[in-house]
Amino acid sequence: MNDNGLCVELVAQSSRYGSLWPLPQKVQLSDVSFKLTTSSFRIVDAKESSAGPSCKHLTFLNFSCHCVIFSTSTFVLWATSFEGNECDAFRDQPTRDKQHSPSLSVPVQPFAVLKAPKVWGALHGLETFSQLVYKDEFGTKNINQTTISDFPRFAHRGILLDSSRHFLPIKVILANLETMAMNKFNVFHWHIVDDQSFPYLSRTFPQLSQKGAYHPYTHVYTPADVKMVIEFARLRGIRVVPEYDTPGHTQSWGKGQADLLTPCYAGSKPSGAFGPVNPILNTTYDFMTQFFKEISTVFPDAYIHLGGDEVDFTCWKSNPDIQKFMEQQGFGQDYSKLESFYIQKLLNIVSTTNKGYMIWQEVFDNGVKLKPDTVVHVWIGGATDEEMHKVTGAGYTTILSAPWYLDYISYGQDWQKYYKVEPLSFNGTEEQKKLVIGGEACLWGEYVDATNLTPRLWPRASAVAERLWSAKDVTDISDAFNRLSAHRCRMVERDIPAEPLFSSYCPHEYKGV
Amino acid sequence: SIRIIKKYTCLNMNYLLLIMIHIGVGLHAVGGVWPMPQISASSPEQYPLNPEAFYFEYGRQSEAQPGCSVLDAAFKRYFSLIFPDYFPGDNLSVCAGQASLKAETVWGALRGLETFSQLVYQDDFGSFFVNKTDIEDFPRFQFRGILLDTSRHYLPVQAILKTLDAMAYSKFNVFHWHIVDDPSFPYQSQTFPDLSAKGAFHPMTHIYTQTDVQRVISYARLRGIRVLPEFDSPGHTQSWGKGQSDLLTPCYKGGTPSGAFGPVNPTLPSTYQFIARLFKEVSSVFPDSYIHLGGDEVNFFCWKSNPDVRAFMQKMGFGTDFTKLEAFYMESIVNITSTLNKTAIVWQDVFDYHERIPEDTVLHIWKGVPYDYTKELSRITKAGKRVVLAAPWYINHIAYGQDWRKSYTVQPLNFSGTEEQKKLVIGGEVCMWGEYVDATNLTPRLWPRASAAAERLWSDEKQTSSVEKAFPRLQDFRCKLLRRGIQAEPLYVGHCRHEYQGI
Repeated sequence: MNDNGLCVELVAQSSRYGSLWPLPQKVQLSDVSFKLTTSSFRIVDAKESSAGPSCKHLTFLNFSCHCVIFSTSTFVLWATSFEGNECDAFRDQPTRDKQHSPSLSVPVQPFAVLKAPKVWGALHGLETFSQLVYKDEFGTKNINQTTISDFPRFAHRGILLDSSRHFLPIKVILANLETMAMNKFNVFHWHIVDDQSFPYLSRTFPQLSQKGAYHPYTHVYTPADVKMVIEFARLRGIRVVPEYDTPGHTQSWGKGQADLLTPCYAGSKPSGAFGPVNPILNTTYDFMTQFFKEISTVFPDAYIHLGGDEVDFTCWKSNPDIQKFMEQQGFGQDYSKLESFYIQKLLNIVSTTNKGYMIWQEVFDNGVKLKPDTVVHVWIGGATDEEMHKVTGAGYTTILSAPWYLDYISYGQDWQKYYKVEPLSFNGTEEQKKLVIGGEACLWGEYVDATNLTPRLWPRASAVAERLWSAKDVTDISDAFNRLSAHRCRMVERDIPAEPLFSSYCPHEYKGV
Repeated sequence: SIRIIKKYTCLNMNYLLLIMIHIGVGLHAVGGVWPMPQISASSPEQYPLNPEAFYFEYGRQSEAQPGCSVLDAAFKRYFSLIFPDYFPGDNLSVCAGQASLKAETVWGALRGLETFSQLVYQDDFGSFFVNKTDIEDFPRFQFRGILLDTSRHYLPVQAILKTLDAMAYSKFNVFHWHIVDDPSFPYQSQTFPDLSAKGAFHPMTHIYTQTDVQRVISYARLRGIRVLPEFDSPGHTQSWGKGQSDLLTPCYKGGTPSGAFGPVNPTLPSTYQFIARLFKEVSSVFPDSYIHLGGDEVNFFCWKSNPDVRAFMQKMGFGTDFTKLEAFYMESIVNITSTLNKTAIVWQDVFDYHERIPEDTVLHIWKGVPYDYTKELSRITKAGKRVVLAAPWYINHIAYGQDWRKSYTVQPLNFSGTEEQKKLVIGGEVCMWGEYVDATNLTPRLWPRASAAAERLWSDEKQTSSVEKAFPRLQDFRCKLLRRGIQAEPLYVGHCRHEYQGI
């Protein structure tokens, strides 16, 4: 049944940019083509490269690129990564830094050159290279003479997954990281625990998952699991930023940690229900100190996301001890002051671990004193431009998620709506706009688990990927449709069940059922 | 041992099924069965089941005996469904007892086996149990269908077979195969091989061969599912014109052909010769006694633009009323269908345009909100025609949140009409149109949302009017689907003992 009534055929045409996604900053194409064969295709470190054969990233990518793409001829891709000892296979973590700038050229002779300042740039360049390869009508792999100069518009390009509303098996997380790399995302925001379940197996407080996970054995992330995710991400140039959201969104924490949550009162007696973290007990802060000490050692990224969103004051208001505390502190009836009191102490605790922190916008909105390098995460829809103006006006780095809540599904090609967002459309000075370091596509888990995560996230998140990587003026929706259709088929070919954009086909349809 | 007693021969499909299951064991939850059986009584008496000693057996008085292919296959299939991960050699507790399943037809027995399989549960140690239960069951509606669209996107045969499995778990019994449409023609016709050679997305990789089609039909049959093919015309036929020149109407711009084509050309005799030959093949390939002829959304623009068509209109005395031309076409092809001894099902447009169709044609209601389709239900049943209701169940239309509730609370017989009229509503259909759907997202999008409609079509409406009561049962059923390898998406937050592990 055709919803338009008319016979509208939206068949993807070929874009002159082929299937490049996200679109690089500068692309020079030509019609001169070369054939590629597996037997004689190699990726080698150029002489000038400071990344040696021990560079795990490139070795890994060499292997996987090879598997993924190539099947012909004397073709050599010289990968160069310079600028110091940038590839310590054991220690190096991707950072917030934007200086990835890979440049890639496929010149006349049968070799190509990839230059990147850092190994993370080289990774991106390899992905771009793989996207230039296409099959001719005989099925042979070809690549055209091309020169590309690339860098991301924004440094922070993230995906949020929620493993608390539904447990996400490790396989799904890893598959998602793989797909993120294909789309040049570089931050995995792991919203690992929340009200519904606590799957994170803490060394210091094993009771948290023992009592708080959906099942203490089958629905937890062991230290080994977590390590695997971090390393898998690292090899693909993806940072893992964990979020331990407090004081709200913590129901599951109270199962394994008595006295952490505030007991709610019905009249003069406890009702049996619990509310947000109890901000008036010293034990709370002792717990947080020990807990975040562990988190800061488990997760190597420079940042931790501390949440701070949607704190419901009802329970605090009902509790007589809290009422007394409010009086003592002179907070009156303003419970946002109590919230700030808690957050302030929490931020101080986390600062001692030498980590930077990211927080949801409410923490900023409620006037909490933040460190200058705090990252404020704007998520509330409605007055987003105003909020961006306020947050950057106050001098804080900002990331944008409000227009990119991909869990809000609807019928039709909603990728277009995500593509059309312009993160810097708010009123502000150049300086202010520089503070917007990027954004994140969020896939909250109320209605999402391993059965539907991948098709729901991809290729819709790819629209966000291009918006965060490519130049501001890359806005042609028809060209995007053509390239994204091809990019989507490529994901399917790599066994990622990315859902279709519209009626059409891929040469290789999805095989899993 | 569990004994199944069968009274009647292994016959062809019968609409009315009467199934009785007496099981000498205890009650866990007849709530554990989806869709909810019509009449049931359970008790807390619980009996263990030992996979080592469990088997299905034909009753002595049963006319069906070993050799009845449908039930032989079903016994094997349901054993694996009841005891997943069972390896011979596991020694579990000994059980005693017998259950008996009586059904009038083999299809009823299939439904009974499905119900029985849903009554069996495992405790935390992995032991199997079933509770003492008495169930008398039959479907409220005879026609409980799922539509898949393999033209907007090609669906690999595996994806279709998987859907048939899941359909059986929810007691759906009609697979409406919307096999061709504008974007592609994947059906490989023996009579007209060019249709798919030129009209499929790819002539080798994106087609259904005769073997593929037979595979789907026999797979469905073993699960008690009819396969209803739809060859939709005169609209929705762009892909037909690629391999059959002169079939579609050339559109005109001013006085010359524009290069575009419109609906099937109803003015040429060659059109009807083609249709007759194609339908002859289709009616022998697909054994069901019904064929869906489509007839929806015909755009008159192209016909209007074509001078030969306008001349034909004059000749036939249709004036400028193109609905008469459409009627002329539809009436002709419905007649062709009748001569092939098949009954036609058509979309409601055919009735709305006052086309003269045989009494036994079934109308398929698809348009509008409850206000619209309840009126249509009254209108069509008043005219004495049978209807299938699809309008409230276009679940290709996704939205954020628990939209299964909307499907669940549909009331198919809540329209103004007599008892006689209401009897003409033979059932309903869940539609999964393919514009935004292919094998990457079909299963989670279909299940468990389609199961909500399944209960509406099978169970007693009064017993199943509470969404609140249905929620935990459907959550539980969804976990069962996962256990059986169906990638059904979650209803809301929570977990299943056995999660889906794949990508």
